[in-house]
Amino acid sequence: MTSERIAKRFAACAEQRRPALVTFITAGDPDLATGQAILDGLPAAGADLIELGMPFSDPMADGVAIQLGGQRALADGHTLKTTLGMVKNFRKNDADTPIVLMGYYNPLYSYGAEKFLSDAKEAGVDGLIIVDLPFEEDEELCIPALKAGLNFIRLTTPTTHDARLKLVLQNTSGFVYYVSMTGVTGAAISNYKAVGEAVTRIKAQTDLPVAVGFGIKTAEDAALIGRDADGVVVGTALVNAVATSLVEGKASATTIGAVHDLVASLAEGVRRARA
Amino acid sequence: MNMSKPNSLRNGPDEEGRFGIFGGRFVAETLMPLIGELSDAYAAAKIDPAYIKELDDLNTHYTGRPSPLYFAERMSEHLKGAKIFFKREELNHTGSHKLNNGLGQILLAKRMGKTRIIAETGAGQHGVATATVCARFGLPCVVYMGATDVERQAPNVFRMKLLGAEIVPVTAGAGTLKDAMNEALRDWVANVDDTYYLIGTAAGPHPYPAMVRDFQSIIGAELREQFAQKEGGTPDALVACIGGGSNAIGLFHEFLDDPDVKMYGAEAGGHGIDVENGHAASMTGGRPGVLHGNRTYLLQDDDGQILEGHSISAGLDYPGVGPEHSFLKDSGRVTYVPITDNEALEAFQLCAKLEGILPALESAHGLAEVIKLAPTMDKDQTIVLCLSGRGDKDVDTVGKHLGVKF
Ligand SMILES: Cc1ncc(COP(=O)(O)O)c(C=O)c1O
Repeated sequence: MTSERIAKRFAACAEQRRPALVTFITAGDPDLATGQAILDGLPAAGADLIELGMPFSDPMADGVAIQLGGQRALADGHTLKTTLGMVKNFRKNDADTPIVLMGYYNPLYSYGAEKFLSDAKEAGVDGLIIVDLPFEEDEELCIPALKAGLNFIRLTTPTTHDARLKLVLQNTSGFVYYVSMTGVTGAAISNYKAVGEAVTRIKAQTDLPVAVGFGIKTAEDAALIGRDADGVVVGTALVNAVATSLVEGKASATTIGAVHDLVASLAEGVRRARA
Repeated sequence: MNMSKPNSLRNGPDEEGRFGIFGGRFVAETLMPLIGELSDAYAAAKIDPAYIKELDDLNTHYTGRPSPLYFAERMSEHLKGAKIFFKREELNHTGSHKLNNGLGQILLAKRMGKTRIIAETGAGQHGVATATVCARFGLPCVVYMGATDVERQAPNVFRMKLLGAEIVPVTAGAGTLKDAMNEALRDWVANVDDTYYLIGTAAGPHPYPAMVRDFQSIIGAELREQFAQKEGGTPDALVACIGGGSNAIGLFHEFLDDPDVKMYGAEAGGHGIDVENGHAASMTGGRPGVLHGNRTYLLQDDDGQILEGHSISAGLDYPGVGPEHSFLKDSGRVTYVPITDNEALEAFQLCAKLEGILPALESAHGLAEVIKLAPTMDKDQTIVLCLSGRGDKDVDTVGKHLGVKF
């Protein structure tokens, strides 16, 4: 049975006539205890869905901020197993907020795809976003994930032309993640109008919600993008909030609050997107 | 480019870019359409007589091909075994086999209408080759190079600058080749319209492994002819060093279906294969995984995090290897062996003294394997080493290891 939490949450936000706020944090950044507290507090701060980044040594699609977040977690001894443990802990107090794991394929491949899928499902994960698995490699993880009852959320980008888009959407479930620009995470959106047009183009081909990510940093960005998109994803800005709160590389008294304050402000942004 | 025979080892890759379970196209969606475009452009170019002729002309008059097949007489005498030959890729313009690939790809980039070239480099030989072809064709060139490598390959950094390239030192990770490749991929994702990524070895997403192999296969093709003329028949053994594996696959590919030709790939054994993260022998000391667009043998920890690896030679300390080599390892066709830093250093010095040739430290790994192999073979048997590059760039490094103060 595929997890329904994602569909339910997007529907609930649509009912409130606003986009969903999707928050990305890196699991275990800057350390496991702080990372868990950040994760646990996200829903109360205003996050509708959570993307939990699985740290990887070679994050080829990420800019410096998220690279460093992953390095902090790995330096603290974080592993894929601890990421799943964080989800398990989170689920003790929250049965409704969807959690999507985001990352790169090799740690999952190394863990064993089948074992990973069943452990992730059991931990309470709702979906996966795996950056380096395009639909050409669907047999690797996408099809097995769908069979295991996990959503497989696909990225579409400005380079995804119409003929490809059809194929990209074929095995996508949960939602569609539109990457707002050709670039790595943390770069700036240069053309808001083009993003809106792209969302419209994708929505014409699917009933799934379309979330937009990459380059959304402030409540204003969220409000602007959230006019057309069903969800806005914020990642780099939150990971930067962790980074700037650190004292000598370690979590400080302000770390957890810094992330949650920014989430609260973004939550306010999505609420005025269509007001 | 060969005609496929049913049981040939030379048929790979398939349509999906697979060599058995290895290879593939594990890249972000943003790059997929570009990789498709590249596949199409290469498929059209390699059968276009005009493209083939232009590349042939450049190989002859710019690079100086064919590279000689040289009988290393004193080395052979010294080792008291097989006759040893060097396929002298170090005599190519720019000093290594890397230009074979650089020229093939720059002509392709031009055909595709690309106006900006990016590349990654380790030892700097591929960076130099890329900067060279960019100068030759008047295209701007950005070379990503790990900060550690920028330091240990200073002469090559200056060479690239003279050739007009912009060098971007990469500080992420340990600042070596894999980090440079990550950064080049990030650049490509951000500059999809005008930029061509000129990968320097037979790795990366399909079609790079097959395309780079094709450009380097001129090494083996020339060798077959030269050897038949000089000695008759085919060599008994071929030896090459393995970084990403481009000079090796270029030497081997021609002979994969010749069962009497034994093949040996020399991986970087660094401080020794038992030293964790102290070597870069991905096939001897790693396991299959997915990185930089393909499935292949990788150095990784229990969690699937990629290790940096170590080698005295900046061109070999890559934690992966081209997917075709992973396939050839598993099929048993090629034997891959680790060679330590010290063995390479000794081979470097021996070659200088006996043959008056300074080999690149990369190539010295291959030579160290020849030194082990030759004495076990008969005097009427033959070994050909791909002398992939010249050692001028490594004189500083070798000096430091031998305790010389400059
Ligand atoms: C002279 C030389 N040989 C070999 C290599 C290793 O690359 P490959 O394994 O692709 O031939 C390099 C890489 O920089 C090199 O400079």
